[in-house]
Amino acid sequence: MGRREDLDTILVIGSGPIVIGQACEFDYSGTQACRVLREEGYRVVLANSNPATIMTDPEFADATYIEPLDAEVIERIIARERPDALLPTLGGQTALNLAMELVAAGVLDRYGVELIGANAEAIATAEDRQRFKEAMIEIGLSVPVSATAHTLEEAMGLLDDVGLPVIIRPAYILGGRGTGIAATVDQFRELAGLGLDASPISEILIERSIAGWKEFELEVMRDKADNCVVVCSIENVDPMGVHTGDSITVAPAQTLSDVEYQAMRDASFACMRRVGVETGGSNVQFALNPANGDMVVIEMNPRVSRSSALASKATGFPIAKIAARLAVGYTLDEITNDITRATPASFEPVIDYVVTKVPRWAFEKFPGTTGVLGTQMQSVGEVMAIGRTFAESVQKAMRSLEQGRFGLNTDPGEAVWDALDDDALLARIAVPTDTRLFGVEAALRRGLSVEQVHEWTRIDPWFLDEIQLLGLERADLAQIGLDAMERADWRRTKQLGFSDAQLAWLWSVDEEQVRVAREAAGVFPTYKTVDTCAAEFAAETPYYYSTWEDEDEVPAATRPRIIILGSGPNRIGQGIEFDYCCVHACFALDAAGFDTVMVNCNPETVSTDYDTSSRLYFEPLTPEDVRNVIVAEQRSGDLVGVIVALGGQTPLKLSGILPPELVLGTSAAAIDSAEDRELWNALCARLEIPQPAGGVAATIDEALAVTRRVGYPVLVRPSYVLGGRAMQIVYEEAGLRSAMQELTLAGSLGREGGLSAERPVLIDRFLEDATEVDVDAIRDAGGEVLIGGIMEHVEEAGVHSGDSACVLPPVHLSAETLAVLERYTAELATALDVKGLINVQYAVKAGQVFVLEANPRASRTVPFVAKATGVPLAKVAARVMAGASLATLRAEGVLKPPVRGGHVAVKEAVLPFSRFPGADAVLGPEMRSTGEVMGIDATFGLAFAKSQLAAGTRLPSKGTVFMSLADRDKQMGVEAARRFVALGLEVVATDGTAHALRDAGVPVRQVIAKLGEPGTNAVQLIATGQIDLVFNSPRGHGARADGGHIREAATLHRVPLLTTGAAGVAAAAGMADWAEHRLSVRSLQELHAAPAPDDQLALPL
Amino acid sequence: MRVIPAHLVLADGTTFEGEAAGWSPPGGVTAGEIVFNTVMTGYQEVITDPSYAGQIITFTYPHIGNYGVTGADNESRRPFCRGIVVRRLARRPSNWRATGSLDDFLVEHQIPAITGIDTRRLTRHLRERGAMPAVFGTAPLDELQAAAAAATGTDGMDFVREVTTEAAFTVPAADGAGGADGTRRRRVVAYDYGIKSSILTELSRIAEVEVVPADTPAAEVLARQPDGVFLSNGPGDPAALDWAVQDVRDLVDKVPIFGICLGHQLLGTALGGTTFKLRFGHHGGNQPILRRDTGAVEIASHNHNYALDPASLPGVEITHVNLNDQTVGGVRDRDRWCFGVQYHPEAGPGPHDPRYLFGLFADLMDDFSARDEAPPIESAEHGSDG
Ligand SMILES: Nc1ncnc2c1ncn2[C@@H]1O[C@H](COP(=O)(O)OP(=O)(O)O)[C@@H](O)[C@H]1O
Ligand SMILES: Nc1ncnc2c1ncn2[C@@H]1O[C@H](COP(=O)(O)OP(=O)(O)O)[C@@H](O)[C@H]1O
Ligand SMILES: [Mg+2]
Ligand SMILES: [Mg+2]
Repeated sequence: MGRREDLDTILVIGSGPIVIGQACEFDYSGTQACRVLREEGYRVVLANSNPATIMTDPEFADATYIEPLDAEVIERIIARERPDALLPTLGGQTALNLAMELVAAGVLDRYGVELIGANAEAIATAEDRQRFKEAMIEIGLSVPVSATAHTLEEAMGLLDDVGLPVIIRPAYILGGRGTGIAATVDQFRELAGLGLDASPISEILIERSIAGWKEFELEVMRDKADNCVVVCSIENVDPMGVHTGDSITVAPAQTLSDVEYQAMRDASFACMRRVGVETGGSNVQFALNPANGDMVVIEMNPRVSRSSALASKATGFPIAKIAARLAVGYTLDEITNDITRATPASFEPVIDYVVTKVPRWAFEKFPGTTGVLGTQMQSVGEVMAIGRTFAESVQKAMRSLEQGRFGLNTDPGEAVWDALDDDALLARIAVPTDTRLFGVEAALRRGLSVEQVHEWTRIDPWFLDEIQLLGLERADLAQIGLDAMERADWRRTKQLGFSDAQLAWLWSVDEEQVRVAREAAGVFPTYKTVDTCAAEFAAETPYYYSTWEDEDEVPAATRPRIIILGSGPNRIGQGIEFDYCCVHACFALDAAGFDTVMVNCNPETVSTDYDTSSRLYFEPLTPEDVRNVIVAEQRSGDLVGVIVALGGQTPLKLSGILPPELVLGTSAAAIDSAEDRELWNALCARLEIPQPAGGVAATIDEALAVTRRVGYPVLVRPSYVLGGRAMQIVYEEAGLRSAMQELTLAGSLGREGGLSAERPVLIDRFLEDATEVDVDAIRDAGGEVLIGGIMEHVEEAGVHSGDSACVLPPVHLSAETLAVLERYTAELATALDVKGLINVQYAVKAGQVFVLEANPRASRTVPFVAKATGVPLAKVAARVMAGASLATLRAEGVLKPPVRGGHVAVKEAVLPFSRFPGADAVLGPEMRSTGEVMGIDATFGLAFAKSQLAAGTRLPSKGTVFMSLADRDKQMGVEAARRFVALGLEVVATDGTAHALRDAGVPVRQVIAKLGEPGTNAVQLIATGQIDLVFNSPRGHGARADGGHIREAATLHRVPLLTTGAAGVAAAAGMADWAEHRLSVRSLQELHAAPAPDDQLALPL
Repeated sequence: MRVIPAHLVLADGTTFEGEAAGWSPPGGVTAGEIVFNTVMTGYQEVITDPSYAGQIITFTYPHIGNYGVTGADNESRRPFCRGIVVRRLARRPSNWRATGSLDDFLVEHQIPAITGIDTRRLTRHLRERGAMPAVFGTAPLDELQAAAAAATGTDGMDFVREVTTEAAFTVPAADGAGGADGTRRRRVVAYDYGIKSSILTELSRIAEVEVVPADTPAAEVLARQPDGVFLSNGPGDPAALDWAVQDVRDLVDKVPIFGICLGHQLLGTALGGTTFKLRFGHHGGNQPILRRDTGAVEIASHNHNYALDPASLPGVEITHVNLNDQTVGGVRDRDRWCFGVQYHPEAGPGPHDPRYLFGLFADLMDDFSARDEAPPIESAEHGSDG
């Protein structure tokens, strides 16, 4: 049968910005799909608004449109490119819902575009909870009792039929958005309303809650000849009631007998066939009653999902790659298994190890959230760990999280649990939270029975028994002690996943002593292979994990090797952009004749696709595990060095344990001198580069001394922490005291080691009304400095660079300022002897340039700059770190001059406030965005408007704008308001703002009462749909700054919200440009090839 | 945690460290031919499958015993394997179906086990050098090494006599197992060369089953006037079972015959074919079988060390092929009313994809009994989903 010859061009839709519940696993699946479709000879057109992804690199598609994922925009792309087919199943829920919107609007029919990989009927049957329930009952599968409602009244009427407790499940959602379990009628009324809001078709299923049952997922695939296979079974450690995305999960299922597993397998095929997914992958979720084995179907996702990425990495079976081939007509037996290269893909992977996935949350970044897990996803990333047993796997996963833990307890972090009495401990672990499993281990270790802990947590007794084993082992270890450890003891304890760090803490010795003693006993790590077949066939693909058994499978290698340390689990401030840099380093260094060796533990990313590097170690990024990989690679061949500068803060922190000669690129010492406050201040002083005045303090008295010298306001933050963690702008002494208290051990930062002399607090004078600038540059060993890109931030300094929009090329900076920025950057790069990338952040206040910080490593903006300028910064940096000069790279054609097409690129941050209704949707110095989007167009206004649309803020072309601004933003407010009025919009405002607008001659239709004052207030207007744009900047400095309710109402009712003066002005400019120019789309390939503007005059827009 | 050290030693001297579990044999030594099985669920069905008589089963999946044991999962009256090799045996079972732990079950049925073994290293070794005799236990290492050198495998060995039923017995037809014309129940005589209980479950859906000892003469079978004869799975080398093949030869053409695994090999031999030993066999639940007439791929359970040589069966149709190594998956001689498959449509454990084959057996019997009125129809191929 083979691939379809009647298709030429295929449109692939990506998943847009990284958000909670839909993260970089879709860059992984989208990249695989694009690669495969082009290998099959199709012309691939890609639409995706996310610049940080590998997929949106021009080399991955024939026409790459970094444009808003909006039905009108996609129609423009379809009209231009005339694709034969649209593949919507590899871009998460965004691509699926967008495809359905295009089908409903008749766009696909109008342009003759065929939907492949899934048809509209199948998507509707899977996503519409009522239709799915009817379909499952029709094929004899049972589902919990439920009823469907489209309005609140309808919902209230149906409650009695179902009976409390119930779960609200909206249609067409992902990541559990809008779901919730209600135990009382009041809770039900509130949750039903929120659920109706969350569903695009305002439909909710009201279903009997079976919280506490066991939850399973099967990843299944089907081809057009109706052959079905199960790729992987997954068992959730956290029972029903905690979203699969927020649960600790294990692959394969551990507690299903064959009779139950085969029944579940048959049911998943019946479900897939009835829903009608003809080709591709699906994730089918089941719940099982632990008391009697009753099995119900929970839901099915008719597309590649977060679990498919986990299943692909857990088994080695590349689901997205195979799904793309199935979509164009291949059957499973016509596709060969990449790993064995001898057997077909029409088989079911078997594994001879255990995989554990543990999510990572960022509750500390969202004050007002409770940290309690439920049916709505809140995690921002996840780690995966592979071990030969569950105990080894879960301990490796816990130390992969980089949250100060050495494993599942047996480290300083366990004290908080051991301090609780039995009742308090059991009550705490009964509530699912981000740290519950540590409490479970503490309970079992102190002798509470498996039955008791099961009663309170509903976690399956098998997992509890395996965890109890750790406590028993630890008791033995404490008794034996370091000196009396025999070879058998070392093997047993390492096989249970105990790290040298845990043992060192247990025996109060340092880690080095443990390693030396262990190695003297002849106990070394052994690396085994992930090969889809439990060693039944010889594996060709080098994909390894560490364990502690007899045989090591890492072969000798010929090419010189470079190890690249990845960035571990996604977190706010360190996400897919750093994975982008590591992946491009693999591509560039492989092309230059090196074997690339990737070390990472994030299952969602392209870097942990075994196809990306020459060799992949799926390992925690901790000193012990990284050192073991280095030893294995030195034994296997000529290790040139280790790249620590591309994965963000995680690998940087490891550079200290590496012998200096192994660190490629900028030296660890130079990196430290940029991070260490004193060395940095001395460097800036020597180079005469102005800094905001500031100082270092370890105690409150030292802090007060600094503020007396530099004056308020000041910026207070811990050193050595990325993403502006725990940073606060402090306006007076009271604020300073509370900020200092927050940073001590008891404060939220206690987990990360708290305050000490080596880890002081940095206090700087806060520069108000300054423009922030980001500069990415590369310096080679010979000293040549290449300025990659200068980005001017839209929001003023004080909004973290990761959360503010920025524009490239800069719009408002003078030529002189640009020259100073370039000079300072070159001087800093030279003084730090940078070899590779450097990112420098400045604040420009009244024409004077101040340097804020220099990061001699890859930054978040590298992918954005590469796509805006056409210069592959990450590739160039990797080659420079491996010794190439910029001149050589120009000669090789790797380094091309920046494009001259004259287009303007705007990057906008995407924030997860809708996932955390309790937190105030306001921007500050601490980064909280999870993803980003990019708008490219002829003018700054058009590009900014596109970036807002891509980020989900649909700027209105008519209607009413509500304005309420802090005094410092009133001037910018006037400028923006003039444009709104000129465009035909009407302005309403609270009295202070209205007064300022009217003084400047701007008409204000109505003065709106403040909250609590008589008369209709802004929240009521927003809730009743009378406001089309909210322009509100916070007045006060506290967490619940005035206007919080207004911003919360805007987020809830999805009314566009602008929260800084600068964003208001930029939005007004965008709306004005959009009024004159019809929305136009361009592919990246066209933009990069476009001639300079003055030769462009002839070109129609 | 008391641990009793033990060793596993292969015939070629390769040695593995581990710990003793399950039943401890008096001399501290257990011998047998060692094979590996890649199933991730179904360890009780595998351990109690008589086809493993004379063999030591290595489970590649590291956690065994997690969901305990229950009578319903036994594939025969007791395990016939010599012992099991696992990486980690569960300390306590967790499943509503469990009536006891696997460790207690092993002790009760006198099946020794060795745990803590690097089962992946062992699997890779067997993959390269093939299944071979081996010993394990708590006896001193030199004693184990001597025993390993002297241990015999299954080549040329007849284990069927050890596992077959002493006396015939009948399994009633399940309700709904009517004959083709709905009036008379089909009757099948099943040769027990080590028959699995899940095969009896599937056969009872289409007929009443009379199970007879392996050495029952063909004449006695024909005297029972069955609608069809079933040749069961079983242990050991088919080449050592000429006495059984002779009975099959006498039955061919006289009655419809369906064979599974060893039964398929005996049928193939009776039709003039020969068998050969695979390097390490197929033991797992995830192998792809191509069904040639429809092009469909079934995921099927496998447990065999020998296969039919396709070149030795010129006149016979190869109906199924194992896509991992192109070995014969199924044969049929339409004119002589017989067919067989090398893999396990009854599952027990494993996928249910190939269950339709029992339906084809029912159709074959109905066509055969209807043939007296009309010659066998060339394409008398009925219901693909039996
Ligand atoms: N009937 C139910 N009772 C209790 N919890 C449930 C029920 N249905 C779903 N859940 C929980 O809610 C989570 C999210 O539901 P699901 O339908 O999977 O949403 P999504 O489509 O966003 O993944 C599930 O993982 C499960 O833990
Ligand atoms: N002295 C300052 N004045 C005004 N804003 C500042 C100052 N220092 C930092 N900021 C703001 O805080 C944000 C985070 O500070 P930065 O030093 O870049 O920390 P990080 O290492 O987390 O990027 C910056 O992007 C900038 O907006
Ligand atoms: Mg789900
Ligand atoms: Mg910064």
